[in-house]
Amino acid sequence: MTDKHVETYTQDFRSYCIGGLLALILTSLAFGLVVFEVLPNFERLIAISVLAVAQIIVHFRYFLHISWHSHRDDLQLVLFTSLILFLMVGGTIWILFNLHEQMM
Amino acid sequence: MTAESSFSLLGILTAQDISFVHTFEHPGMSEFIDASAGGVMVMGGIIVIALLTYYRGWHALWCDWLTSVDHKKVGIMYIVVAFVMLARAIIEGVLMRYQQSIAVNDPGILSPDHFGQLFSTHGSIMIFFVAMPFVTGMMNYIMPQQIGARDVSFPLLNAISLWLTAAGAALVMISLVVGKFSTGGWTAYPPYTGIEFSPGEGVDYWIWSISLASIGSTLTGLNFATTIYKNRAPGMTLFRMPLFCWTSLCTSILMIFAMAPLTIATLMLALDRYAGFHFFTNDLGGNMMNYANLFWLFGHPEVYILILPAFGVFSEVISTFSGKTIYGYKSLVIATMSIAVLSFTVWLHHFFTMGQGANVNVIFGIATMLIGVPTGVKVYDWLLTMVRGRIRLTTAMLFSVMFLVTFVIGGLTGVILANPPVDFAVHNSLFLVAHFHNMVIPGVLFGMIAGYQFWFPKAFGFRLAERWGKVSFWCWSFGFYLTFMPLYVLGLMGAMRRTVEWFRPEYLGWLQVSFVGALLLFSGFLFLCVQLVVSIRQRDQRRVPAGDPWDGRSLEWSNSSPPPEYNFAVIPDVTGQDAFTRIKQQGQAYASPIAYEDIVVPKNSIVAPVIGIAAIMFGFALVWHIWWLVVFSFVCMWGAVIARSFVTETERVIPASKVRADHEAWLQQVRECATTPREQENTSVNVGRAEVLT
Amino acid sequence: MKRQPLLHPGLNLGSTDEYSHDVSEPIIFGFWVFLMADLVLFAILFATYASMSVQGQAGGPTPIDVFDLPSAFIETMLLLTSSITFGMASLALKYKADSLHLVFWLVLTFCLGAGFIGMELRDFWVMIQQGAVPQRSGFLSSFFLLVATHGIHVTAGLFWMLVLLLQLRVFGRTTEVKLRLMRLALFWHMLDIVWVCIFTFVYLFGVAQ
Repeated sequence: MTDKHVETYTQDFRSYCIGGLLALILTSLAFGLVVFEVLPNFERLIAISVLAVAQIIVHFRYFLHISWHSHRDDLQLVLFTSLILFLMVGGTIWILFNLHEQMM
Repeated sequence: MTAESSFSLLGILTAQDISFVHTFEHPGMSEFIDASAGGVMVMGGIIVIALLTYYRGWHALWCDWLTSVDHKKVGIMYIVVAFVMLARAIIEGVLMRYQQSIAVNDPGILSPDHFGQLFSTHGSIMIFFVAMPFVTGMMNYIMPQQIGARDVSFPLLNAISLWLTAAGAALVMISLVVGKFSTGGWTAYPPYTGIEFSPGEGVDYWIWSISLASIGSTLTGLNFATTIYKNRAPGMTLFRMPLFCWTSLCTSILMIFAMAPLTIATLMLALDRYAGFHFFTNDLGGNMMNYANLFWLFGHPEVYILILPAFGVFSEVISTFSGKTIYGYKSLVIATMSIAVLSFTVWLHHFFTMGQGANVNVIFGIATMLIGVPTGVKVYDWLLTMVRGRIRLTTAMLFSVMFLVTFVIGGLTGVILANPPVDFAVHNSLFLVAHFHNMVIPGVLFGMIAGYQFWFPKAFGFRLAERWGKVSFWCWSFGFYLTFMPLYVLGLMGAMRRTVEWFRPEYLGWLQVSFVGALLLFSGFLFLCVQLVVSIRQRDQRRVPAGDPWDGRSLEWSNSSPPPEYNFAVIPDVTGQDAFTRIKQQGQAYASPIAYEDIVVPKNSIVAPVIGIAAIMFGFALVWHIWWLVVFSFVCMWGAVIARSFVTETERVIPASKVRADHEAWLQQVRECATTPREQENTSVNVGRAEVLT
Repeated sequence: MKRQPLLHPGLNLGSTDEYSHDVSEPIIFGFWVFLMADLVLFAILFATYASMSVQGQAGGPTPIDVFDLPSAFIETMLLLTSSITFGMASLALKYKADSLHLVFWLVLTFCLGAGFIGMELRDFWVMIQQGAVPQRSGFLSSFFLLVATHGIHVTAGLFWMLVLLLQLRVFGRTTEVKLRLMRLALFWHMLDIVWVCIFTFVYLFGVAQ
């Protein structure tokens, strides 16, 4: 390994360590919220959803190395996918729950 | 071995499931038609095999075609599949129109069950095994050449996609002879298609053939998107790409994201049927409405998967045969992208009547009408491209013009249907049938035929006979209006779709007109076949070796016809839109390149045919519950993939000296060719070198 | 120091192997696109589960009756750790000249993944013993399909890892093998993200309600 490689090695190594640590902490937090029944019901659901989203971002950033420095194609793809997922999941849940109410 | 155990080896398949045996035991008109269709298919297969053997074509077929991973050959094979399936599906359409035209207070010639199979196969085949392969084949052949690439990013994957699609088509064909197909329509809505109401193999045939095709399409989509993103020639920025490439890109993206809901919906339906799950059942918490939701999450983008490439073809054809740069290039690109995104926001308009609240319906209704805006932009751009152009009404151009007129009518009826209250009135009626045929026939089929007429000389080196092309065009056009305009009227009179027998005498006249139209459509198809045969026989007077018979504007026309397997001897440097026109106007066309390099091309591979054949066995075994074959074919498929990953010699090198010799010989030939003025492009003067007007 | 621009998702080989780095872009991009298609597949399963877990219980067991939260938590920890160990394998692939480190981390990842699958199968078995079979209700159908689809993906990843361990032995660290390992890494990390969603929106939501 040349000196330059040593430096990027430290960078890359740190990335996985930070990511792993954050992921473990976030998961444990969410688990703790539910097991120890902190917060009222609705707020608790919101809190664990926020923690999940934060953890997804951590995974993308530190494990998959997607950031604002990424290749433009990759970033576009991730953002477009998020849009489609939002439309599909949001639309499906909206339609089915609305339908369910009408059927009651 | 005892008789019992040998039967269990075939799962639930018995001799009575073979249509010939069934017809022999239960003779009747409907059964007779069924058996003859199977007979025609078997005879066709035997004739093809006999001809191949007689002309010793097996070796060439295997080495040059079936194992090939060249994107051009894969593209041609897709289109061959599409044509074969088109023949069957058109005949089915004519048969249905005949049945309906005589079945007023009369049972007609088809049993309800047979009629159900016909509309199910007609729809499934037309969408999945005609339109999809036609579109995919066209993109395969043209897109890499237009962006200045030597092949797609993943050539073997491309061949695997082809074979998966072909395997799905093969399963539908097998269902003609062995067993029955689904009677649940091309959408296969549960609970009717659940095991309670549709026991037997029909729906299973539908599930597995569609699943194979949808996986193939997903792989195609990711392959093409990668190709367009990563494989463009230097200088070919995204905004210099021909419009066909833009529409290919948007279609690929739709394929990537839209096929998954279908795969999941069919998988869930399969789990309901095979394993007693409760996704779409009536009882125990099943929700069949979710099927409609998932199916159309796929189904609506699918419409644009099919129509966008045709839009691309029209853009190329109209621009070329008007002798003008396309009008409003950027607006066309933005319109294409908007359509692609909006297509994910409108799926509910296929089931306005399902029972959700009015607010939901209204939002999706508005989104639906919004799609009309970018489409309208496109129509105006095409019209304005023609304005003050030197228009040549070739067959391809005629189809494009007829598309503009007809498609706008279809679009208007679409806006009518986008109104939820109106939709409640005409839902599931023949008005709807007329509407979507009015979109898909001009929007997809006319586009694909126009593309076929336009690029045929590129692929095979000789022009198609214009006279027969025009005869075919008039048949398609009049046939379309005669067949489907009466259906609008019938729909408003209250005639529902998928009806095998009528009890309203006032329908009769309209149905008969519609049947005459269907015959015209069928003759349109026949004349396309005549055109092909005539052109092949006159190919020596029709050759265009110089490769540019229409004064083309994009890079695919800068090659010989047919192009070499590596497409470009030297990868071109692109400086702007309409790349080849620029080169021609700068007087640099057909100039010898400075240097040649070795070219690496992928070797042929048997992996794709192995996977395809294993996929047919897999689907067939699942339909008939032949579990050992399921396991065996599954292992074959993945075994082939893993084995392939251990092969290291997957490419071969064409030495620069050979590239030089071939390319220089062709250049020499081109320089000796006389140039063709546009007025004479349909005569034997046209050998593929266009006159350049500066 | 200025960061090198990233050519593709996942760990870039960069200057440690210029040739492989240069050819990797389209190949890894293609695989990344595939992963996006796969995500859509999971998204559909999630949306279906979201409605069926509420509307499709059919008087049968409810989420809180059948979910074993501590077990799911341990599975999550196993999978998260396996993502970290795969990260270490990626680092070994990029920086270490010998295959020893790489093989060590891969084998460790494999064991963690296999442990995850083992625990998941045990959970399924316990549920089936309680009569919470997928045929019981729409909720259970959608639960089993969603979680098992993830499990099948992980299992496929394990098989893939075995094949690559074999290829490391047969071919050594060639460009092809390196690119395959990089794609497997993306696959593995992506499955982790899907599991985070399953843990939160299936297990935690199911128990918290």
